[in-house]
Amino acid sequence: MSRLGHQDTAQSPVGATAPAVGAGQLLTRDQARALADRVLRLSAADQTRVTIVSRRGGNTRFAEGSISTSGSAEDTSVTVVATIGRRQASASTNVLDDASLARTVEMAARLARLSPEDPELMPELGPQAYASVPAFVLRTADLDPESRAQAVGRAIEAAAAAGKAAGEVFSAGFLEAAASAVAVATSNGLFAYHQTTDASFSMTVRTPDGTGSGWAGAGARDWGALDTGTIGTIAAEKAAASRRPGAIAPGLYTAVLEPAAVTDLVPLLAGALNARAADEGRSPFSRPGGGTRIGERVVDERVTFYSDPADPSLLGQPFDAEGLPIRRTVWIDKGVLRSLFYTRFWAQKHGSEPTGFPALGGLALIGGTKSTEELVAECDYGILVTHFFYIRSLDPRTVLNTGLTRDGTFLIQKGRVTRSLKNFRWNESPLLMLNRLEDIGRSELTAPGRLMPALRISGFDFSSLSDAV
Amino acid sequence: MSPTRREFLKTTAATAAALTAAPGFALDPAAQTLAPPTADAAEVTLAQEALDAARSAGASYADVRVGRYRQQQISTRERQITGVGDRESYGLGVRTLVDGRWGFAATSRMSRGAVRQAALEAVAMSKAARAVGGRRVELALVAPVTGTWITPARVDPLEVPIEDKVALLLAANEAALRVKGVQFVNSGLALLREVKTLVTSEGTNVTQTVIRVGPSFSATAVGAGDFQSYSEELAPRGQGWEYVESLDMPGNAERWASLAVEKLTAKSVEPGSYDLILDPTNLWLTIHESIGHATELDRAIGEEANYAGTSFVAPPEKVIGQLRYGPAFMNVRADRTQEGSLARVAWDDEGVPADSWLLVDQGLFVDYQTTREQVSRIQALTGVSRSHACSFAEGWDAVQFQRMPNVSLLPGEEDLSLDDIVAETERGIVIRNRGSWSIDNQRYNFQFSGQQFQEVRNGRIVGPLRDVAYQASTPAFWASMDMIGGASSYWMGGTFSDGKGEPAQASSVSHGCVPARFRNVRILNTGRTA
Repeated sequence: MSRLGHQDTAQSPVGATAPAVGAGQLLTRDQARALADRVLRLSAADQTRVTIVSRRGGNTRFAEGSISTSGSAEDTSVTVVATIGRRQASASTNVLDDASLARTVEMAARLARLSPEDPELMPELGPQAYASVPAFVLRTADLDPESRAQAVGRAIEAAAAAGKAAGEVFSAGFLEAAASAVAVATSNGLFAYHQTTDASFSMTVRTPDGTGSGWAGAGARDWGALDTGTIGTIAAEKAAASRRPGAIAPGLYTAVLEPAAVTDLVPLLAGALNARAADEGRSPFSRPGGGTRIGERVVDERVTFYSDPADPSLLGQPFDAEGLPIRRTVWIDKGVLRSLFYTRFWAQKHGSEPTGFPALGGLALIGGTKSTEELVAECDYGILVTHFFYIRSLDPRTVLNTGLTRDGTFLIQKGRVTRSLKNFRWNESPLLMLNRLEDIGRSELTAPGRLMPALRISGFDFSSLSDAV
Repeated sequence: MSPTRREFLKTTAATAAALTAAPGFALDPAAQTLAPPTADAAEVTLAQEALDAARSAGASYADVRVGRYRQQQISTRERQITGVGDRESYGLGVRTLVDGRWGFAATSRMSRGAVRQAALEAVAMSKAARAVGGRRVELALVAPVTGTWITPARVDPLEVPIEDKVALLLAANEAALRVKGVQFVNSGLALLREVKTLVTSEGTNVTQTVIRVGPSFSATAVGAGDFQSYSEELAPRGQGWEYVESLDMPGNAERWASLAVEKLTAKSVEPGSYDLILDPTNLWLTIHESIGHATELDRAIGEEANYAGTSFVAPPEKVIGQLRYGPAFMNVRADRTQEGSLARVAWDDEGVPADSWLLVDQGLFVDYQTTREQVSRIQALTGVSRSHACSFAEGWDAVQFQRMPNVSLLPGEEDLSLDDIVAETERGIVIRNRGSWSIDNQRYNFQFSGQQFQEVRNGRIVGPLRDVAYQASTPAFWASMDMIGGASSYWMGGTFSDGKGEPAQASSVSHGCVPARFRNVRILNTGRTA
């Protein structure tokens, strides 16, 4: 089930630079550099790093068929990291006059002087080369309240029409579009600048009898890739189809997880990829007796998991908070663990390359070509999941998590969706689950920086029933 | 404040100023708490500028919040610091009503031009919302108010020397590392001071300073091919630095750390049905999730349907005064007045005075949490014509909406302790501190864990357990409660990070409670082998 429509992409201004800065506009590269230089000149610390985040965004929220709250905000903040000897601390402010910046620089230095020495401190980086990532889309940055209201109106109308069979449906949802610029500069000559936009729209439709609820959503750097009418239609169709759910006994079932559900679960693996935790024996990627499991097969051999800010589907941030370049990193290649996340300190200690935190460069799970419908058609008996809710860690040793299904859970019999099911609580691990892979679908953009497929998993642990609709 | 006290303060102002490094946060020697600051005249002028712009552009109502937020965070591991940070955020947000529709815009550029522009943008949003139509907002009446308030605190945590804070944490870590088997220790402090001025088109003008402190501690023990962690439940509070000192982290860390080691060899729980005895350090979060969130009116009417979810406590006309939440000895109070609590204020972000009211009265659900615009939805059912003052925004750049007050389970009549409850229990499990937590979107099915688990046999604690989680449905769970502790066993937990809304906002809230016993609750074993 595709959640993305495509409007007029021929005119897509992807990669256009931000307009000249006026009131409420993003800081340009030159303005960010000038601000960073101002701050660096104020600092007397041994080493100084400045991070600037300039952001403006607007959102529209709706419920009960009317816009409930909307909002917009613009802000620019400056974070100063001061290093004195082996002591380091940070201070940040969004008050950008000379006196406040000087006070913030002094605060960082004062906190640093008072801090104990950090034996793991790394020197600030010098100049670096970064991938150019065209993640800024002008029409996302420029989306105004009227256009947002119209887009919401289209979704509500589409849902009302598509949900008609169920009566007068209830719609609630959220549209957000934001633009941001991030710059990092150090007293050792590093300067990094990146600008990006994010647009997202999601919607929940509930049926008047209170027994059905459906959800659909999408996100992209480019607002033009989102079709709110289609999302409203899918949410309403799911709501109508999910009415009067039946209960089946909790237990281990084959599950077909839609890409949105996979997006809820698989990125949790990124947090478990920490090299230090693995070396220290407190990770699922620790080798019993010491060391890490790099080189071992950790999931099904059809699965590849990577980060790559320059990948046109991901368009992630090409550097981290320290200005370290983020490049393509394949964490799991055809089932084999190839890389773990190394900080600069841990990489140096272990003769490895620092990687930067995985999620910054986007997260992609790939390995298949089938649609969600095909994964359903090839399932004899199983459960189709729209998305998940309230996921919490149970055991970091296995990345075991708990959570619930929500807004459209259906029984699959002999390749067809046959009826609506009551929601389940589940206890499952994305890592263990990818060892029980029956099939993997074609990956699609589910949110900015997330490329995820549908999955068919055997023995998914649906542990108890939930009365929630 | 009485005229006499104000006069007293004036004459001792010089002394008070000398007691503290922070101008505007002088210790009031009479009350032994910091004195509230007055409103900044320049900020009030800017706020009036924004209000004028909003009214001229067609707003029938507008409010302006100017916020200055200071946060300090310190985190450590073992014998080193992993982060020291200090953050300041300052700006202004304008909320407008045009034809009963909200708009909101915020800016960190504190100039006349920028705040006027924000006001016009908010009005544009209000007007754009008309195209979609639907329900119009009606605000419950509130009397305009002028005043100042500050969280009662003796020592401003932001003014305590950083050396003292670091020394306290590292001393706790050192004590923990003395325990054989403990290899990793994390401790930290989150310290906040928020100064917020609210000016409304109805004449309200209030300035409040909120002070909060949040300490944390956890230890990890590594055994043969295994590791186990223990986090102590160090409740964050709306108090000064004196609260952090009262916890004596260095003096207690060794005992806390030894509980991580104990888990390495603890018996893995046999899944099944047990009587559950929840210590207040665990029960507060279960109250938060299964009562606090379930009684939010915005959930009940569907406004959170796309994110945090709805509620089984709905629709209002079928549950107010009718839904039985639990046994007759169950009373649940909502408030923004409790001493030391995180949600304590004098006025909410709509200028409504703090309130205290029952959500559950003798087991029966009687009222929701409300803001001004929600009152008319249930006034005919509750007879309450005022807002319960539940409107909050996490910062100057976020719109205010309905947020949870402190929600607390009141003590039973008999002054029982947890030990008294254990003595009455044949086969059960005691759970302390928060572990993993998760609950569905209508607040029925929940699954919680803890940090320390003890097996109870024939009225005695017989040994430690591990891998324990309890899973239940809210109505059945509260109906199964058959014993609760008394006033002496009351304890207040809380969190800085209650999340709700789109875009998501965090809010701080406390929950007081007593230990309680729940009969025949399903226990799961969460251990797995990779």
